[in-house]
Amino acid sequence: MTKLILPAGEGAKLHSPGRRKALKTLAAGVGAAATMPLLGRYASAQSTAPIRIGFQKHATGIGAAYGRWYERATLAAVEKINGEGGINGRPVEIVTEDDGTDPKRGAEVLEKFANQSNCDIAYGTLFSHVVMGSAPRAGELKLPYFVVSEGHHVASGALNRWTLQPGITDVKSQVQAMAPFIGDVLGKKVTMIFPDYAFGYDHRDNLPAAIAAAGGEVIEQIAIPPSETSYTKYFPRIPRETEVIYHVMIGPGVLTFVKELGEFFGPSRPEIFGFVDSIEATDLTSPGLEFLDGTYFWEGMPRYAQEDDTEFSTAYRAAVGCDENGASLADPKDVATYAHMYGCWETLHIIKAGMEACDYKGIEDRQALIEAVEAMSDMPEGFDHPQGPKRFNGKTHQTFGQQYISKVEGGKLVKVHTAAIDDTIYPDEVDYTSMSF
Amino acid sequence: MSARYYWGLHLGLIALLFAGHFVLPAYQHGNVARIMVLAVYAMGYNIAFGYTGLLSLGHAMFFGAGMYGMGLLSYHFDAGALPAMAAGIVAGAMLSLVVGLLALRTAGVSFMIVTLMFSQALAMTLVYFRDITRGDEGFVIPSATRRLWGMDLSDEAHRYLIAWGLFSIVLIFTLWLVRHRWGRVFVALRENEERASLLGYDAFRTKLGALVISGTISALSGAAYALLFGYAGATFAGVQYSIFPLLWVLLGGAGTVLGPFVGALFMFYLIDLSSGVTDAYMLIAGVALVLLTLFLPQGLVGEVKRRLWRDLP
Repeated sequence: MTKLILPAGEGAKLHSPGRRKALKTLAAGVGAAATMPLLGRYASAQSTAPIRIGFQKHATGIGAAYGRWYERATLAAVEKINGEGGINGRPVEIVTEDDGTDPKRGAEVLEKFANQSNCDIAYGTLFSHVVMGSAPRAGELKLPYFVVSEGHHVASGALNRWTLQPGITDVKSQVQAMAPFIGDVLGKKVTMIFPDYAFGYDHRDNLPAAIAAAGGEVIEQIAIPPSETSYTKYFPRIPRETEVIYHVMIGPGVLTFVKELGEFFGPSRPEIFGFVDSIEATDLTSPGLEFLDGTYFWEGMPRYAQEDDTEFSTAYRAAVGCDENGASLADPKDVATYAHMYGCWETLHIIKAGMEACDYKGIEDRQALIEAVEAMSDMPEGFDHPQGPKRFNGKTHQTFGQQYISKVEGGKLVKVHTAAIDDTIYPDEVDYTSMSF
Repeated sequence: MSARYYWGLHLGLIALLFAGHFVLPAYQHGNVARIMVLAVYAMGYNIAFGYTGLLSLGHAMFFGAGMYGMGLLSYHFDAGALPAMAAGIVAGAMLSLVVGLLALRTAGVSFMIVTLMFSQALAMTLVYFRDITRGDEGFVIPSATRRLWGMDLSDEAHRYLIAWGLFSIVLIFTLWLVRHRWGRVFVALRENEERASLLGYDAFRTKLGALVISGTISALSGAAYALLFGYAGATFAGVQYSIFPLLWVLLGGAGTVLGPFVGALFMFYLIDLSSGVTDAYMLIAGVALVLLTLFLPQGLVGEVKRRLWRDLP
């Protein structure tokens, strides 16, 4: 059930200077009305009241599988944070709203968080188009908006000072970190298969240069609509001289995609490197996926428990309710979006750190919260950051972190390579700190 | 009832919405601004479907043409709000003229399918030329271009009043149009095209005119949405945004001037309120729509017209 927290009653009326200013510029006939108050605005949260975090959840639409697990990771993180005394001595409450994985509804949800649910901040969006549709409203509402999207849209400078991505790395850095392994270990001639969607374009636009830098070449790029249900017709476009297939797919058809790829190649296949998005939330032991044995995947965080897992990683796995295969403890068939959902956990801990750094008291401190997060840099690995250490760039509002490559062995993903943070860094494309609030 | 009553009713709604600017809580204030912009889209659709009987499943292409006509000029050329809006409206008018010239050679189900195909073609084009349009992801309209006569259109008050102004203009225009001789010819074509043709009316030109007016108003809505809410994306040109105005018009009452607004308002709050009750809010919305269709087949305003006020425009 969607949780809706009603606004606090006390101090809930606030005159709106922006509205008065606006009306003065309008026709004289309506100017007289300009000084009237706007009812229903909230002042500030009470110091003992919970900190309300609006969670923009992809409960329906193409992002539903992610939304379900993003929520579980979110609630687990909040349980931990509240168990440790909350933020500045105040408990944290999550206000969840379904955005339908739709940019219009996403913007409406942000308005609801800011103007009705009395949320302090908004958080949790994954899909790029929802972020793009929502971020302008976050800026206008002056609502801190912490996305967990992976998209390069934040670091590219397309958004605004109120939008940050401090808890998950972006695709550009991931691709850059993968290319040396692909070029050095798997092969030089690469064919890309990617979704004909913004997320796929981040791969399309960034991989060729990264592969070239590793001494290889992208010889074909095959875009597939994310709503596609049959993929075999695209595979004849794969050039014969291909040494490595680089694939990344999203959406409800990912399992079919991987199966049909296996049927197309049969026993003689080139090396295959995929982003785990292609099989995210999918059981690797599903019939038809046997051919993936011996192929490689990027993982934001290893789905399967590894021999060298840190105590933090193990504790995190237990906290979010996953077994050693990255599936729900309650249902082994319910596989998590494990490579991505750590971003929710870490983002919430960064929000906590930011609020504590600026002694956050209420919505009047929203700007101070942004500045406090912008001032962050290195974050050591720990229970707050179980995926690994992070380096946040306050200018670009984007975090950087280790990346993992795993090989499928016996129906499980076994980590074979860890790319260092330095391998993921690229030059700044924006300085949000120079923008006004 | 006399014209004085229905003018009073429609002007009363405009006055009520203006008053809403001063009394609505912030969240409802933003919602109503958005609903007014979307109601403009529905009113445009209603001219084609409700009054002329042209059941289009492709109006998202006109909404999208307005949105992208406006948005691309702002995004790539930093055009001001007025020229960008003008570009959006012209894009919608031109597109509806071209589509009308081709699609109106068909009728009924064929017209529905042809408009759907044209709309899908536009949506695919927006995705295909991703370097220009930013594809599915869309783009944020630069805030520097969202200014009009010194007003910052990202400001809540400005947004509401501009939306209210556009809504009012289109509502009054629609009311005037459907009472005008042209509007009566639209209805004549809807009711019996052969008879209207026998009476000497040029059915093709009249339907083309209705479709161009409809498409242009839809484009105005799309351009206004991008301008006021700061985002343009290919999702808005997708098939679901062709279904929405049809739903709004059917719920509110096809062939009534107020129906599109009432339908958009009802649908928005049906989803918004039911999502606060359960995650299965679309089920609630679906059941409500089925019940409405069963018991109020003419739509909310349509039933008022049928039962109480038969000459309500």
